[in-house]
Amino acid sequence: MTEGLITLALILAKLLLILGVLLSAAAYLVLMERKLLGRMQMRYGPNRAGPGGMFQPLADVIKLITKEDFIPPQGDRAIFFLAPGLAALTALLAFAVVPFAPPVNLFGRELPMVVCDLNIGVLYFLGLSSLAVYGVALGGWASNSKYALLGGIRSLAQLLSYELAMGLALIPVVLMARSFSLTDIVLAQQGLPFALLNPLAFVVFMISTAAECKRLPFDLPEAENELVAGFHTEYSGLRFGLFFVGEYINLIILGSMVTVFFLGGWHGPFLPPIVWFMLKVLAVAFFFIWTRATLPRLRYDQLMHFGWKVLIPLSLLNVLVTGAVLLWLKG
Amino acid sequence: MTLFRDIKGTVQPFWITLRTMLRKPVTVQYPEEQRPPAERARARMILTRDPDGGERCVACHLCSAACPVDCISMQAAEAPDGRRYAAWFRINFARCIFCGLCAEACPTLAIQMSPEFAFCKDDPLDLVYEKQDLLVDHGGKNRDYNFYRHAGIGVVNPRGGNDDEYGPVDVKSNLP
Repeated sequence: MTEGLITLALILAKLLLILGVLLSAAAYLVLMERKLLGRMQMRYGPNRAGPGGMFQPLADVIKLITKEDFIPPQGDRAIFFLAPGLAALTALLAFAVVPFAPPVNLFGRELPMVVCDLNIGVLYFLGLSSLAVYGVALGGWASNSKYALLGGIRSLAQLLSYELAMGLALIPVVLMARSFSLTDIVLAQQGLPFALLNPLAFVVFMISTAAECKRLPFDLPEAENELVAGFHTEYSGLRFGLFFVGEYINLIILGSMVTVFFLGGWHGPFLPPIVWFMLKVLAVAFFFIWTRATLPRLRYDQLMHFGWKVLIPLSLLNVLVTGAVLLWLKG
Repeated sequence: MTLFRDIKGTVQPFWITLRTMLRKPVTVQYPEEQRPPAERARARMILTRDPDGGERCVACHLCSAACPVDCISMQAAEAPDGRRYAAWFRINFARCIFCGLCAEACPTLAIQMSPEFAFCKDDPLDLVYEKQDLLVDHGGKNRDYNFYRHAGIGVVNPRGGNDDEYGPVDVKSNLP
C-alpha cells in the first residue's frame, strides 16, 4: 500500500517538475528566439525588461492577460474556448513518453526518468501529433470567419501531409532499433546516433518537424501579418497566448523527439546525461530559429509539392533501402 | 543542374545569417545613446535674435498666414522708435505639423526651425509655447543677418542710409 503511494507521489512530482520546466522553457524559448533573431538581423532584440531582457516573458504574459479578449459573437463559443487548450494540451501530453535521462537510483528504488515508458511510444507520439491538428482545425472553424476557416483548412492539409513524411522517416529508426519504445531507441544509439547512420531519414524528419510545429519556412498556418488568414485570426488575449505557447511547447517536444530518435538522446561523454539531453534539444531549437532567420516562406503550392513529391517518395525509398540493408546485414 | 543550384541556394544563406549573428548590432539605444541631429534638422521652431541682441521678429503675421494648420498667433506692437515687435507670440505645437512654411515665409529670419525634436508632454496645454519659451539668445542658422541693416525704417541707420539701400522715394515727383 505504502509502496504504491510512494510510486504515485514520485510520478506526481515528476509530472509537476516536467510541467514547470517545460512551461518556463517555452516562455524563455520565445525570448531566446527573439534575441537570436535580433542578433541575426544586427539588432539587440528585447533588452529593456530586467537585466538583459530577462523579465520579457513575464511582461508578455502581463500584456496578454490585460489585453481585451474578443470572442466573435457568431462563433461557436464552446469550441472557440476549447481549441487553444487542445493545441497546448496535445503538445504537453506528448512529453509523457520522452526519456530524458537513464533511470536513477533514489533511496534504493529504480526511478525511470520518463513519465511513462510506453512500449509503443512512437505510435503514441504520432497519434498525439495527429490530434494536434484538431486544435488548428477547430480554431479555424469556431471563429466563424471565412479567413480563419481557410487558414484552418490550409494548415490542416499541411499538417496531414507532413505527418506522413514524419511517420515514414521514423520507420527506419524503428527498424534499426527493433523497438517502438523510446527508451529502447535511445539505448540502441549507444554507439552511433541514427543521424549519422541514416542521414536521409534525419533530414526528412527535421524538415517535416519544422512543418509540424509550423516553423518558418512552413509557417503558412499563421502567416501572422502577410496572409491575414491564419487559423487564429479571431483569437486575442490569453487565448491567442495559449496557441502561441502551445507552439513553443510543440517546438520543445519535437526537438526532444529529434534528440531521442536521431541524436542519441542522453548519450554523450563527460557531461551528465540530462545536460546532454537539454543541450541537444537546445541545439535543435537553435537550428529552427536559425532557419527562421534564413529562409523565406514557401508558397502554398510549393509547400504541398515539396511534401508529396519530394519528401514522401524519398522517405519511402529510404524505408526500402534501410530494410534491405538490415536484412543483408543479418545475413 | 538546377537541383544543385537550388540546394546551394538553400544552404548558403545559413552561413550568412550565422556570420551576421557574430557581428555587433548597429542599433542606437535611443534614450541612453542619442545621436545629435544635423544642425539644419527641422524640428521645433525658435524665435532668433539679430547680432546686436534685439528681437528679429517684426510681427508681420506672414508666418501665421503661411501656417496651414493655423497654430501660430501673435499680437503686433510698436516701440517708441517706430520699430514693430510682437507683444505676445504663441505657437501651439500640439497642432504644428513641422512643415517649415513659417520659417520660409519669414522676411527677417526671425522664426527658424531648430534640431530639438524630443519635447513630448503629458498635457497638450504644455505644448502651447509662449514668446519667452520660443525666444533664444542667438541668431540661429544665420548669425550675422540683421533685417534693419538692409531695409525697413531707420532703426540702425537713418532711413536709406544702409549700404545696399536707396533713399526714400519722393512721392511728389514723377521721376523714377
